[in-house]
Amino acid sequence: MACAYLSVLTTFGIVFVLFFETISFFKEVSIVEFLTSTKWSPAFTDPQFGIVVLICGTLLTTVVAIAFAVPVGLLAAIFLSEYASGRLRRWLKPALEVLAGVPTVVYGYFALTFVTPFLQGTIFPSLQIFNALSAGLVMGVMIIPTVASVSEDAIYAVPRSLREGAYALGATRREVATRIVIPAALSGIVASIILGISRAVGETMIVAIAAGNLANLTLNPLQSVQTMTAFIVQVASGDTATGTLTFDTIFAVGMTLFVMTLILNLISYWFVRRYREIYE
Amino acid sequence: MTQSSTQIAPKGQRERDFKPSTSARHALDWVFAVLVFIATIIGLVVLAVLLVDIGLDGLPRLSWQFITSFPSSFPENAGVYPALIGSLFLLLLIALISVPLGIGAAVYLEEYAPDNWLTRTIEINISNLAGVPSIIYGLLGLALFVNWLAPITGGKSVLSGALTLTLLILPVIIIATREALRAIPDTVREAGFALGATRWEVVRSHLLPMALPGALTGTILALSRAVGEAAPLIVVGAATYITFAPDGPRSEYSALPIQIFSWISQPQEGFQIAAAAGIVVLMAVLILTNSFAIWLRNRYQRRA
Repeated sequence: MACAYLSVLTTFGIVFVLFFETISFFKEVSIVEFLTSTKWSPAFTDPQFGIVVLICGTLLTTVVAIAFAVPVGLLAAIFLSEYASGRLRRWLKPALEVLAGVPTVVYGYFALTFVTPFLQGTIFPSLQIFNALSAGLVMGVMIIPTVASVSEDAIYAVPRSLREGAYALGATRREVATRIVIPAALSGIVASIILGISRAVGETMIVAIAAGNLANLTLNPLQSVQTMTAFIVQVASGDTATGTLTFDTIFAVGMTLFVMTLILNLISYWFVRRYREIYE
Repeated sequence: MTQSSTQIAPKGQRERDFKPSTSARHALDWVFAVLVFIATIIGLVVLAVLLVDIGLDGLPRLSWQFITSFPSSFPENAGVYPALIGSLFLLLLIALISVPLGIGAAVYLEEYAPDNWLTRTIEINISNLAGVPSIIYGLLGLALFVNWLAPITGGKSVLSGALTLTLLILPVIIIATREALRAIPDTVREAGFALGATRWEVVRSHLLPMALPGALTGTILALSRAVGEAAPLIVVGAATYITFAPDGPRSEYSALPIQIFSWISQPQEGFQIAAAAGIVVLMAVLILTNSFAIWLRNRYQRRA
């Protein structure tokens, strides 16, 4: 019955594998260059390894996704818990969860063949075929359920008496939702946002398909960028022999990604613990 | 809230704070109600648009020939047969490996494990693993199964892919099974012990059968997630152009999401349409597995 230890082994496995291959990467490339260079061109004859470029691409798509998913997800959570009747809620919640179950290649296809042409035709004629904007937007749709259902759980845990007290003072529904319920459920809401960020940072196929593969240091979402995950896919789907520098590079990038998501997940976990309001 | 300061505000300020202005507040309330409703619907609208878009692109392309053909460099002749078989093969292998492991780990943690720091570490670990991006599992699988264990797994084989995806969904299965076990009242366990049953006998004859439907629902949902997953498989080397169906666990393979990805990356219009048709096939597989899970859950809920 020691299957449980497999989970610990997996974690150790991930850390060990990433660490081992990352070290062999840093034997070739200095860590200072990795962190400070502003060019990313590992396949050139004069390779440059500036992870900043990939992190910037990742952050750009993540910011777009979060800017879309947080307001929508939060308002949806308020609707589900404060406005919807019990029956509507039982029906709507699983329907929203479906959004999280759609395979990410499907989202990628949708971003590339529908969202990008749509945005080009309507709002942004200068949009490139591969761009951070539509990848980010579609990624935002994907993480709506994450934000909505985690914040809804927190909102649901706010005791009825608080709401009733506010209604008794003559507050309207909106005032109860925005001034009583949201502050009371803040820890869970923040945790849901951080969880959403960590999803967006680690998301792979949408950005690999729709955001392009051009390592480009830019903050303009209309342009093509390459994220950390997309780089790993690009290298892995080509023929790269084991033991080469390019091969080690994906592990160094993976390590960066792993550390980022781990920190985000730990903050989210800590936030729920630390700031949870306890009601009797 | 921070906006009301602790100092006593000047008289005019205080009056502004307490202005009843009922009609304005109710109008605002109405606007807010509409806003939250739109926010809820927007996701569903996008989902509907997505399904219609893919249906329009893909359905006309879908035919028996598409399902039974091999990939081709001519988009009109391309088909998903090896990818479909590869995905089903993966599904079977993952189920065979992950179900006993996941349920075993959950039973151990819930029924056997002492409450000490090691157990708690494992628990935190499992919930953390559920948040690790899937592509990281791909990197782990690449180093571990494809390179180091190549003599056993055969390198870039179905088995390596299945093992990688198993690691990915194991935390989800463990969490679902533990929840099902926790829902069983303690009286069941105590009754068993009172009759002189050993811990294992109680687990085998009562707890497992009672927890199984709940655990299986979670497992099937996790399996369907694994079927739709592309990123880790690309990293562990699923092939994108393959002219045979996998014939054993050490065989090379392709999978539906991989095939779709490789078609999307082709410049010709025909391949985009083939990708849409591939997505229809993938969604059909997912809907089948998910409806099975829902059917299982309903059956279970009626019994309870």
